[in-house]
This record gives sequence, C-alpha cells and structure tokens, in this order.
Amino acid sequence: MFKVKLIAFQTIVMNEIHRFSRLWMQTLLPPMITMTLYFVIFGSLIGSRVGKMEGVPFMQFMAPGLIMMSIITNSYANVVSSFYGIRFQRSVEELLVSPTPNSLILLGYTIGGVIRGIITGIIITIIALFFTNLHVQHIFITMTIVILTALLFSLAGFLNAVYSKSFDDITIIPTFVLTPLTYLGGVFYSIHQLPDAWRDVSLANPVLYIVNTFRYGILGITDVHIAVAFVIIFLCVIGLYALNLRLLNKGVGIRT
Amino acid sequence: MTNALEIKNLQKTYANNFVALHGIDLTIKKGEFFGLLGPNGAGKSTTIGIITSIVNKTAGKVFVFDHDFDKAPDYAKACIGIVPQEYNFSIFETVIRTLVKQAGYYGIPRKLALERSEKYLKKLGLWEKREDRVRFLSGGQKRRLMIARALVHEPPLLILDEPTAGVDIELRRMMWNFLKEMNAKGTTIILTTHYLEEAEYLCNEIAIINHGRIIEQGLTQDLLRKLNIQTFVLDINKNLSQLPEIKDMNLRLINNKTLEVDIEQGQSINDVFSALSAQAIDVVSLRNKSNRLEELFLKLTQAPESKHV
Repeated sequence: MFKVKLIAFQTIVMNEIHRFSRLWMQTLLPPMITMTLYFVIFGSLIGSRVGKMEGVPFMQFMAPGLIMMSIITNSYANVVSSFYGIRFQRSVEELLVSPTPNSLILLGYTIGGVIRGIITGIIITIIALFFTNLHVQHIFITMTIVILTALLFSLAGFLNAVYSKSFDDITIIPTFVLTPLTYLGGVFYSIHQLPDAWRDVSLANPVLYIVNTFRYGILGITDVHIAVAFVIIFLCVIGLYALNLRLLNKGVGIRT
Repeated sequence: MTNALEIKNLQKTYANNFVALHGIDLTIKKGEFFGLLGPNGAGKSTTIGIITSIVNKTAGKVFVFDHDFDKAPDYAKACIGIVPQEYNFSIFETVIRTLVKQAGYYGIPRKLALERSEKYLKKLGLWEKREDRVRFLSGGQKRRLMIARALVHEPPLLILDEPTAGVDIELRRMMWNFLKEMNAKGTTIILTTHYLEEAEYLCNEIAIINHGRIIEQGLTQDLLRKLNIQTFVLDINKNLSQLPEIKDMNLRLINNKTLEVDIEQGQSINDVFSALSAQAIDVVSLRNKSNRLEELFLKLTQAPESKHV
C-alpha cells in the first residue's frame, strides 16, 4: 500500500506542477513583471534617494523582502485557486473516491504550492541580482525559512479554498489580509524606524518574522529574534496542517 | 461466497434535517448486475454517494468485498469504480490525462496507466479524442469518458449512477452491450437508472428504494411475476365502430382498428383471441403496452409511505 500511496502523492504533485506550468502566463510571468517594477521604481529610482537602511543600500535591504513576498503570494495563490477550482468543478470527487488518504491530498496540494513558491522565489532572486548583490550569509536559515514560509502559506491557501463558496472568496483574503500584512511586514522598512506603539503592533504581524528571518539569512541583519521567528512559523505550520486535515476528515466543503 | 457489497442499517440525515436514508440493508453478491431503482429524491444517489465516500453517512456499516469501509477505507475504495450522475471532470484536462491522473490516484504506475487508458479509450470509441480537452467533448463522449475513468484501475465493483441519462438510443445500446460484456467477464455492476427498460434488460436483481427505504428487492423475474395485470395492444383486421363484447375481459377501443386489453393473473390472452375470432375479428399484431417493470415500479412507489414504515 505504501507504493500505491507514493504514486498517488506523486500524481497530485505532478498534476499541480503541470497546472501552473501550463498556465505560466498567469502564474509565473505576473510576479516577474511586478517585482521588476518594484526593483526599478522603489529600488533604482526612489531607493537611490533613500540611502542606506540598517547599514545596507536600500535596494539590497528591500530585495529579500520582495523575494519573500513573491514566495508568500504565489504559494498561497497556487493552492487556493487549484483546490477551490477542483471543488468548483467537482473534480475533487476523483480524489475522494480513490484510496488516496486525506493526509496525502493535503500534503500533495501543499507541496504543489511550495514548489511554485520556490520557483517564483528563484526567478525573483535572479531578477534581483540584476539590480543588487546578494551574498547568502546563513544558507541553512535561508533555505529553512523559504521552505517553512512556502509551507505555511500553501496551508493557509488550502484553508481559504476549503471555506470558499465562490471565486470572489478566494481573492478576499489575499487582497484584504495577505497584502496589507506583507506590506506592513518590513519589506520596505525596518521596524526600528517606527514609533514605539507601531513597532509593538508590527510585532504581532507574522510576515514580519518571515521577512526578517529571510533577510537575516541573506544579509545578516534582522529586527526580530530568529529563534522566536522559527518557533512561531513552525507552530503555525503544524497548527494549519492539523486544522486542514481535520476539516478534510470531516468533509467540510467537499462532502455533504 | 463473498459479497461485493453489504450495507447494514445505513442512515443519512442531511444538515437541514432531511432524512434521506432510514436505515437500509442491502446485500449484493459478487458477479451480479444489480439495479437500484427509485423515483427522484428516493435516496439512490445518497446511497451511492456514501458507498463512494462523496457523502458522509450518519450511521450504519458498509462492506465492500468484506473490507469494512470504516476500518479499511483504502482497500474498500480500491475495489470500486464510480460513474457519477453528473460530470465531475477537470474540464481543462485532456482526455488521456484525465485517465492517467485517475489511475495515479489508485497507485497505478504511469506506464500501466497509459496502457489501460489506451485499452478503455479504444473500447469506448474515444481513442481519437485522447488529446482533446474534456470541455470540447460532446455529452455522449463525456459519459463514455466517465466509464473509462471508472474502469482504469480495473475495479471488481462498478457503480453507475444513471449512466445513460440524456444519451441517444444508439449510444445507450452500445453502453448496454459494453456493460453486459464487463459483467460477463466478472465485474459486479450496480446501476441506478430512470429507464426501467434498461434495468429490465440489464439487471438480474433489483431493489426499489423510496422515501429512503428499500421497499422491494429480489430477482428481476421474480419481481415481475408479482404483477397482476399486463396490458396488451391488439391491431385488428376489421374496422370497428363499437367495442366488441367479451365476457370478463377489460377491453377498450383505442381507434377503429386498435384494441387494448388488460390480462389479469389467471387469464390468458388466448381467451381474447378466441372471443374475437368468434366475432370474425382477427388479430394482426400484438404488443405489450407498457414496460412491466415500470408498472411494478409505479405500483410500489405510489403506494402510501405509511405502508412501508
């Protein structure tokens, strides 16, 4: 049965890769264009007037945040659109009738989102290198935070897909929650520049820990404690996985 | 002998408190061609939904080839192929990818999945369409694709939920022949259908479900024998202006060359022939007016619900 389940898992993952590769004009190209514009406008044009941020050129400071922003939005978008899509078309029944366990359905879609997030992150990193120098300071921390972040937001995307009742619902969270959290998560500034009250508020934003941990991995600078960041992100991943699995086992959104 | 399917006290109450199944029991032997009949909303699709994990049951047990669905769902599911009532494809996939992907969910290696896909697409006349996207298929082609998809892991139990709804007569006949062939090769088949002619032609055992209860179950021929009355249409060789008198027979004049007669249990159609012949009326042709199973079905399902409580 292990081999059977392994093939089922591979099928889900390969299907997800096939889906976002086939739709590259909608999945991979937009972040390339958006992030290039960020680098040109905020990095080259405005950034040159900003000067240094936390001791590094603004473009270099901003680059890890933009890479992480693309990983967050793409891993989330992949799972929410794909899983809601199969719910909407009822092709989720193809999976439900099969012996594929719910844990593997969840893992398969999550890994699909992780792969798209990481591929997008690599593409944005390559674009960033045209504008600035990035020398990874802590490779293990960098890799770990990338994988954990992609996992976290893929799982969050899955949760959104389970509860969505229309295509509008899959854009509400990214627009009204994810984007503000990302913009306020220290992508473009250090929280040390904020007044005390706003700094305390910012510490409640999980994206801040993600962006700073990744920035620490690449540039060696951070506004938060790395260990605390890892613990928070890791617990969120475990919590979201358990919650999603529970929902799948109960059949929320997929069974009557 | 192993049962292909065993259902014990299956109950389903939906979130809106609608009781779809009141605790049904059903046993289907291996190798049978079984028909599950019932009017709309009777509980057929709910029953099939529970067997195939699309619907959560409220209570009861389901065994598939002795695998307890609660304890060994993986083994139970691996034994079932389902052709649902409504299309549930990813419409953006190609025909061949739809099958290979489904085979993958059942743990079939890609090489074998491709071989099986070719086999069933050819059998169902879809091989030429293998690279087409599913959304571009006609209704009949989509129906056949759903059958191919259900068979790609070669399950011993095939469940079809109204597979011929909306398909033309030629395709329906083709599907009937295909299903008969599958059954002859050993696949147990469960069929729900609104076409009672289909059930009479294909199924050797039938259960009738109504208001969430099994109200009749048995061999098709045994159930048909329970009918008291059959109606025959007689084309005659003489222009009649009024109904001929035949003692103890319920006879109706449809038009001046057509009669209709009800034959009750214990009566013989030969009595009608003799009586007509005595009045110099010859019967040119004879046909059974309605599907006998349809009559039984209506008789059972139109009975007051309280009778079956």
